Amino acid sequence: MSAEHTLTPTSYIQHHLSFLAEPVGQGPFWVLHVDSLLTAVILGVVSLGFIAWVVRGATAGVPTRRQAFVEVLVDFVDEQVAGIFHGERRKFVAPVALTVFVWVLLMNAMDFLPVDIMAKGLQAVGFEEFRLVPTADVNTTFALALSVWVLMIFFSIRVKGLGGWIHELFCAPFGGHPALWIPNFLFNLIELVSKPLSHSLRLFGNMYAGEIIFLLLWLWAATGLVGTAFAAVLGLGWAIFHILIVVLQAYIFMMLTIVYIAMAHESH
Amino acid sequence: MNINFSLFAQAIAFAAFIWFTVRFVWPPLLAVIEERQTKIADGLAAADKGARSLEEAQVRIQTMVEEARVQARQILDQAQTRAGGIVEEARESAGQERDRIIQTARAEVDQQVNRARDELRGQVAAIAVAGAEKILAREIDARTHQDLLDRLAAQI
Repeated sequence: MSAEHTLTPTSYIQHHLSFLAEPVGQGPFWVLHVDSLLTAVILGVVSLGFIAWVVRGATAGVPTRRQAFVEVLVDFVDEQVAGIFHGERRKFVAPVALTVFVWVLLMNAMDFLPVDIMAKGLQAVGFEEFRLVPTADVNTTFALALSVWVLMIFFSIRVKGLGGWIHELFCAPFGGHPALWIPNFLFNLIELVSKPLSHSLRLFGNMYAGEIIFLLLWLWAATGLVGTAFAAVLGLGWAIFHILIVVLQAYIFMMLTIVYIAMAHESH
Repeated sequence: MNINFSLFAQAIAFAAFIWFTVRFVWPPLLAVIEERQTKIADGLAAADKGARSLEEAQVRIQTMVEEARVQARQILDQAQTRAGGIVEEARESAGQERDRIIQTARAEVDQQVNRARDELRGQVAAIAVAGAEKILAREIDARTHQDLLDRLAAQI
């Protein structure tokens, strides 16, 4: 950041960590993070639109490189789903997994964009505060995890019936004895709460931490020539390491999505 | 970490993207991939079949060549025995012919010898008669002494 006003490390980081928030009603809840929402939607539209565009022109003959790329992606996701979910996966579960993987991967990848250059550009078009990594926004990861959670409960009820689902809440995993109903229910309650929490916070934590480390490195870069050199080298190292994290977290998020939905299909 | 309405907005976006993928991305691409898979499988099967039929054809060719070789050998053997037979036959018939020719020649010679002998015999008789005529200086009636002359001729 430039030194147009006194810049402290705290204000620098705070600046980069504040959302472009738009109130849509009364109270602290009725706020919209326009930046993460906008980025997420743009990325989703672009990536899935690209895939849909390739699919529209797909042939069963010799595929173009573009089509082969999309096919590799779809095949990869399909294979992962096939290894976990035993059932009619192609109707819904595999497409969900593909959506999650592609979308989360691209949202995570926003971390690679150099924050200060992007901030300058966004300032130029009028966005004073803009966070580029939607998955470093806990709302995004919670939205994804809770959506998966809703799907999980939906499939649980659809497969086992409402009665079956409630029966399982009280009679699994320890057994159907009336004395075990309460422990079973508490156990299931913890599971129901912990699943979306761990699902969302794992992704959020990783991306948020990655962002913070970048910010700290760029903060160091602001201290002078030596700092800039070190920050550049370490920033490169962190970015390369971050490629792994970005892909791995997207992969883990997808796998957990599949696992949760698959578990919903299994009755005890 | 402030949870707010963004959560719902993101969830709605997520739902929309899921719907989009389920509806427009997954089925057509998978249909294409599966179509190609069957195509490739068919192609591989066809190639396999081709290779197998080639193998079979080679085996058939091998047996045919073997058969042809055996047949050729048989034909050759047959031809050789036949040729031997023909030569033998020719030799035999030639020998017979030779014998026959020799026989006829011999018979002819014999005949000619006999004829010459007969002629000579006649001539000798005539000479004897003429000699006797001259010696006796008188004519001997050839007719009355015919059997005497004949006996003389037979003795010669």
